[in-house]
Amino acid sequence: MRLVAVQEQDFDAGALLARLSGAGTGGLASFIGIVRQAPDGGLKALCLEYYPGMTEKALERLADEAEARWALTGCIIIHRVGRLEPGQNIVFTAAASAHRGNALAATAYLIDQLKTRAPFWKAEEMQDGTTSWVDAREADDATAAAWNTPASPENLP
Amino acid sequence: MRILYFAWLRERIGKSSEELDPPPGVDTPRALIAWLRTQGPGYANAFSDEKPVRCAIDQEFQPLDAPLGSPKEIGFFPPVTGG
Repeated sequence: MRLVAVQEQDFDAGALLARLSGAGTGGLASFIGIVRQAPDGGLKALCLEYYPGMTEKALERLADEAEARWALTGCIIIHRVGRLEPGQNIVFTAAASAHRGNALAATAYLIDQLKTRAPFWKAEEMQDGTTSWVDAREADDATAAAWNTPASPENLP
Repeated sequence: MRILYFAWLRERIGKSSEELDPPPGVDTPRALIAWLRTQGPGYANAFSDEKPVRCAIDQEFQPLDAPLGSPKEIGFFPPVTGG
């Protein structure tokens, strides 16, 4: 089972995980990203922009890579776009496998890679009326690159 | 070729896409940026610094010095910030 989507509407994680569980699945892992309020409460909303066509292709490629690297019975990547307020869901990655290790590793791989390799851009709309584009974080590049080192988890028993 | 702009590049240029025919000799995204800079103040502002500019040729990430070829589509954007 493979599901990749870029959408404005919210997702139902429980329903998605039920769909992901299939023949041979012994473990499901998932990650949900949520719009985080600024420490001072100043964030009104995030506005998510994407590159129609390219973004979907980039996400499909990440799913291909996860399926090639770990023995999965399925995976899901859903990313929301448009205007999202603090507390709302923004991204969902999930993987299913016979045993927990592959599902957990693939789920983490998908979100780590998505952060640096899928064309999405966030703008912050603040309570004071200002809007600014979010800068990319070098730490995200390092996290994504760490999956290419010999110590990163490969197919697990 | 179709040129697309995203995020603050789109805002500074004032449009999300356009059809343009760059002159001969524009053979890399970096050369295309240099030519675009001459197309008006919005472009000059958007491309004043190349360092935060990334690009995709026919929807594949490419370095600014990649051969341009004859693409259908080229996208310019800042580093991605999804997730």
